[in-house]
Amino acid sequence: MNLLDLVIAIPAAGFVLALLLPRSQPQLSRLITLAFSLVTFVVSLGLVTGYQPGTAGQQFVTNFIWIQSPEIHYHVGIDGLSLWLIILATFLTPIAILLSWNYIKDREKEFFALLLLLEFGLVGVFASWDLFLFYVFWEVVLVPMYLLIGIWGHDRRIYAAVKFFLYTMVGSVLMLAAIIFLYTQVGTFDYAIILEQFSSGRISLTHSQETLLFLAFFLAFAIKVPLFPLHTWLPDAHVEAPSAGSLMLASVMLKMGTYGLVRFCLPMFPTAARENAGWIVTLAIIGIIYGALVAMVQPNMKKLVAYSSVSHLGFVVLGIFSFTQMGLDGAVYQMLNHGISTGALFLLVGFLYERRHSLEIADYGGVATVAPWLSILFLVTTLASIGLPTLNNFVGEFLVLQGTAQAHLSWTVFAALGVILSACYMLWMYQRVFFGETSEEVKHHVPDLNMREWACIVPLAVMMIWMGMYSQTFLPAVSETNAKILQQTRANAPLRVAAPSTSAGGQFHGR
Amino acid sequence: MQNLWIIPALPFAGFLMNGIFGRKLPKALVSAIAILSVVLSFAWVLRVYLTAGDLAAAPLHEHHFTWIQSGTFNVGWDYMVDKLTMIMLLVVTGIGSLIHIYATGYMAHEEGYYRFFAYLNLFMFFMLNLVLGGNFLLLFVGWEGVGLCSYLLIGFYFVKKSATTAGNKAFIVNRIGDFGFSLAMFLIVINFGSLDFGKVFSAAAGKPTGILTTIALLLLLGAAGKSAQIPLYVWLPDAMEGPTPVSALIHAATMVTAGVYMCTRSAAIFTHAPLAMEAVALVGLATAVFAATIGMAQNDIKKVFAYSTVSQLGYMFLGVGVGAFSAGVWHLVTHAFFKALLFLGAGSVIHACHGEQDMRHMGGLKKYAPWTCLVLACASLAIAGFPGTSGFFSKDAILTAAYEHAPWMFWVGVFTAGMTAFYVWRAFWMTFWGDYKGHGHPHESPWSMLGPLVVLAVLSLGGGFFFNVPQILRGMFPLKEAGADEAMLMGISVAAGLAGIAISYFMYVLRPELPGKFASALGGVYTLVYNKYFVDEAYDAAVVSPVIQGSESLLWKIVDKGMIDGIVNGMGSQAQSIGGVLRRMQSGNIRSYATWILVGSVLLLIALGVSGGMTR
Repeated sequence: MNLLDLVIAIPAAGFVLALLLPRSQPQLSRLITLAFSLVTFVVSLGLVTGYQPGTAGQQFVTNFIWIQSPEIHYHVGIDGLSLWLIILATFLTPIAILLSWNYIKDREKEFFALLLLLEFGLVGVFASWDLFLFYVFWEVVLVPMYLLIGIWGHDRRIYAAVKFFLYTMVGSVLMLAAIIFLYTQVGTFDYAIILEQFSSGRISLTHSQETLLFLAFFLAFAIKVPLFPLHTWLPDAHVEAPSAGSLMLASVMLKMGTYGLVRFCLPMFPTAARENAGWIVTLAIIGIIYGALVAMVQPNMKKLVAYSSVSHLGFVVLGIFSFTQMGLDGAVYQMLNHGISTGALFLLVGFLYERRHSLEIADYGGVATVAPWLSILFLVTTLASIGLPTLNNFVGEFLVLQGTAQAHLSWTVFAALGVILSACYMLWMYQRVFFGETSEEVKHHVPDLNMREWACIVPLAVMMIWMGMYSQTFLPAVSETNAKILQQTRANAPLRVAAPSTSAGGQFHGR
Repeated sequence: MQNLWIIPALPFAGFLMNGIFGRKLPKALVSAIAILSVVLSFAWVLRVYLTAGDLAAAPLHEHHFTWIQSGTFNVGWDYMVDKLTMIMLLVVTGIGSLIHIYATGYMAHEEGYYRFFAYLNLFMFFMLNLVLGGNFLLLFVGWEGVGLCSYLLIGFYFVKKSATTAGNKAFIVNRIGDFGFSLAMFLIVINFGSLDFGKVFSAAAGKPTGILTTIALLLLLGAAGKSAQIPLYVWLPDAMEGPTPVSALIHAATMVTAGVYMCTRSAAIFTHAPLAMEAVALVGLATAVFAATIGMAQNDIKKVFAYSTVSQLGYMFLGVGVGAFSAGVWHLVTHAFFKALLFLGAGSVIHACHGEQDMRHMGGLKKYAPWTCLVLACASLAIAGFPGTSGFFSKDAILTAAYEHAPWMFWVGVFTAGMTAFYVWRAFWMTFWGDYKGHGHPHESPWSMLGPLVVLAVLSLGGGFFFNVPQILRGMFPLKEAGADEAMLMGISVAAGLAGIAISYFMYVLRPELPGKFASALGGVYTLVYNKYFVDEAYDAAVVSPVIQGSESLLWKIVDKGMIDGIVNGMGSQAQSIGGVLRRMQSGNIRSYATWILVGSVLLLIALGVSGGMTR
């Protein structure tokens, strides 16, 4: 059992243990789950220190046969793409637990246990190198999130939970069909072998097969991202979910979609990916602008942040389908950045909700007078979110836009409009919530941060500055792996070798 | 190593100390930290200046760390000091020190004293990054950072809605400019493979004119945002909501000149893009005239100076656009002296009148605030281009260069100079001459405020001699031979300035009933100018309202909720049955039972699988 197995196993063990705890002692549930999540995080840091740069291949690999027939492997490993996403999940889970410490007042033990189950699923998704295993983890993630929304959510939780579930299921089912079809072709679920078969040319797909398979995977991922116009589950899910649910959903779960695009869609179906890049990028750009515009007019803070995610994730998709090193590096960096800064936004909105029991912007105003530190940290997060240089999002947005500009300058022109709009909706919200006269309700119900809240938000604020000022900690591993993935998108498409790598969206003909 | 990083690090340390602990520290200590951090930074600049040797021959370069690296592209956190940077460093830290000292007096009775100085120190940090940056991206870091501080300080009185709205406006309008700046950077990377000043500028000459012109025009859009030029100038007058020292430091002396600095820094690109140069000159000239006309009809003393700043920045762009880069920078420097003084003097006046900003409620202050009156007279002479004052030299240099480029530009510039002299002196007479028309008893300001004013007055008068910028920069921008018409041109522009002063004296001291008559005689034209040509209203009706209303009623309510969700909900009508099941799960124990079932089945699947794998 290597470190990676531990990172997967500890949350699972914690989940089981937490369920066995007596219902009458919620404090014990909190402490035990927090302890498990912290241990997971510390162990996961070992992945960072033990990661060998310069290989770009899988590391911390465990591979054995899990189910004999059909042959399904428990095959896990990490590379530069999954490394930081796993850290993101293990980093945010303790924060989600701390955030919910007093907020959850019934069925505490199930709630906290489910957060560990969620972590288990997320780490598994990012670590899987077997398509079926990936699918299992993908579905495992669905369960706790569905329950978190459906049980501990707000008034319209059932509607939101069902919508979330159905949306995701539609995509998942198609992906499962595609995985099974691949199995019938290649005879294995092992992703490394499948890739190897494709690149060596031993197995080849017809053009229409490749396109259909690409679309099946793509749909599952695009729903998760979410890509416009498949995004309408997201605002409802966020508004109804408890704060910790929103945090994990926005910060880590959405990245399953973008991760899937990079991990599977690009290397397995390079021709289809490039052929379809045109309309995908168009949707991404529409999402960037549309999400920002709709965010601008939201009266509800969580909805505003949810639509802003549609906009931000549009940048990620844009970067991925630019097929350039910078675009892809920026996209992956932006996955992490969005996890940190939007996570922090949901955290802070959660703090406000616990105080004033409202998510409506109109119920606030003048918070800066009564809660200065909360306001400052919200401001820092806002600035990170709108891409102020020296904070994290700037680095990612810059790389995405630069990479995209190298592929298609006109794409960048439209996408960069989103950068203007993000300042509009975030600063307008900030003004209405934090500035102005302080109403009596706000004065009496909105105290400044307490120690537990400090412990939640400070790590995130530190990461915003660290990732903004010193991307060298994170980017080299990402870059290496991305270079390899870009290489695969070329190598697996032999007919396309002659075309320049930067001309995504061009016309190519299938084999 | 000159340890250039110390220059921005000092104010940053001040920001951290006051920002984190300032609330609990005594005011004297907050002031000491704030002032010392900037004064020491100024001292370090002087040290570099004295020990660095010949900056023209050997600019300083310091690489601190790699900031962003992707593939072969990388951006370092690099500082670079040549003569242009050195001029900017001296102005920023020097004027910055004076304004920090002044502010301790001006803000003495304000709430959030520590917060104010924390922001001001943070501003210094970013502004110094802006001028020290050795590549476009680091310049952009400072560029956005000063925008942030501007936003924070305009909205310093955050309880006031007009203040925070002005802050938002400043940030968002600047973002529009930054959109252009960003696109310019993307093009630079595509065509030069780097954002490093040295690499880009040395290769600029060989690039196609079309590309250089596009880049330069996009940079101009960025500069127009930061330096408040047409069409993006609208944020600067509103920015006067901030405390007066902020108006002086950020919105007159330093930040708003960043666009001029950036264009001058990119001279290698601009000089190979004649079309873009022409655009810079035209934008500058148009802004200079346009803002000057508005300035003539304003009654708020700070608004007068705000439009004056917009107008003077236009002059600088005119200088840059006609190829007289060093004249533009010269005006940047002298303007920093006299405009900082005008604003700080205005602050002293406002202080004297207990917060009143409307000049119609002032008057006769020369009796109550003689020092303020004296220093403001110096500044007003300088901005009017009175012979021998600092403004005279720099304005003359720009106008002469404009004449060589296109005589009509010179004449428009001269006309604007006349208007400038008129409205600045109009403000002077309305404030200091006649009888006091305000409330309470006006009083002179304390010496912590007057001291810096006196220093700035000396610089406004004599700064043209101390800082002969074209001489200093002759290594970068060769000096031009004096033309035959030089003396005549000089005489014309001086005459225009004197005429402006004389007319204002006639209208506001000798015949104070005249302005009212003029206003009513001009009727519609006056209303138009008084209301700033209704540009804000036009922008609002043409852009802001349609975007917001379209987003609300069309995108959100119709497309998102109606169409997309309508389809989803329609397709998901089967979901009703599932929803029914779920609703039953809501009742009592069944809910946790269902949890167990779901969770259990997943675990079972995994357990089976693992054991299956193990037994193999």
